[in-house]
Amino acid sequence: MHRTAVKKVVLENVLDANDTLAKANRDLFDRARTYTINMMSSPGAGKTALLERTLERLRGELRLGVLEGDVQTTLDADRLARFHIPLVQVNTDPGFGGECHLDANMVRSGLSELPLDDIDILVIENVGNLVCPAEFRVGEDVRVMVYSVTEGEEKPLKYPLMFRSADLVLVNKVDLLEHLDFDLEQFLGNLDAVNPGVRPVLTSARTGQGVDEWCGWLRQRLENV
Amino acid sequence: MHELSIAESVVRIASRQADGRRVTKVEMKVGYLRQVVPSALAFGFGLLAEGTPVEGAELQMEQVPAEGRCRRCGVVSGLGSFPLQCGGCGGFDLEILKGEELMVESLELEEA
Repeated sequence: MHRTAVKKVVLENVLDANDTLAKANRDLFDRARTYTINMMSSPGAGKTALLERTLERLRGELRLGVLEGDVQTTLDADRLARFHIPLVQVNTDPGFGGECHLDANMVRSGLSELPLDDIDILVIENVGNLVCPAEFRVGEDVRVMVYSVTEGEEKPLKYPLMFRSADLVLVNKVDLLEHLDFDLEQFLGNLDAVNPGVRPVLTSARTGQGVDEWCGWLRQRLENV
Repeated sequence: MHELSIAESVVRIASRQADGRRVTKVEMKVGYLRQVVPSALAFGFGLLAEGTPVEGAELQMEQVPAEGRCRRCGVVSGLGSFPLQCGGCGGFDLEILKGEELMVESLELEEA
């Protein structure tokens, strides 16, 4: 039998399916009046530690909820359990040996376990990774990046996609600056080069430095919604 | 390895668009700024296509170089490497015109 090949023009964006789901997530957040933060960083930059400080500071003032994304383990969620807040862990492990990011569908799978109506701010703690999470919208209002001064000055230039997409950068572990050769001015210059005008906040989850400023930024964002 | 997620999405799009026919080739456009490793995407594609109408299909990726317009001097230039910098004045504040594509352009389908 003779077979002929025909060409079919498709023109379909590969991430359309994810973006559609992200939009659906966003509609859920908006209906529940939940402000949603996609928090991203490399592994070990201090996302969970900063979250702990944030929860301590905003307790009794704002109702926070957390969706924890991790390839494996519930270690981060366990750390936050003492705050008795709505908390759900999404392990990305059932993907292909552990996805390196959260996508809109994974976030959606965790939302059914969260009482969104009782949450003012939902923090989605993404999988620690400077590349992949930047590609996948999950329905967030805002992207906050945590960057630690132990990571070097040049990373904004090496991983521009993520740094470009951040609305705020928490420059963490600044209590270590005196022990490092890290050139803060150079880092801030590199950050501004790839994401002009983005606001950096110097923080230390260890000493609590900058947590007030970061929480102030959050309050302001909420007021402007 | 977000390439696997992307490959999964490509296979899904191709399978749906095939309308029951066999797919022999998938043509994609991949922008330079997408940070996609072509060999990783091709590997994931081959793996995930198994058992679908896309099994055995060739994945052709056209890489699209990045191009941007400088918000300072207005010059449009190619953006070859990081940091992304205007070819005219060296500025960093750029409006990206090309290089963010991630699209299934067309399929080659087998007709009986």
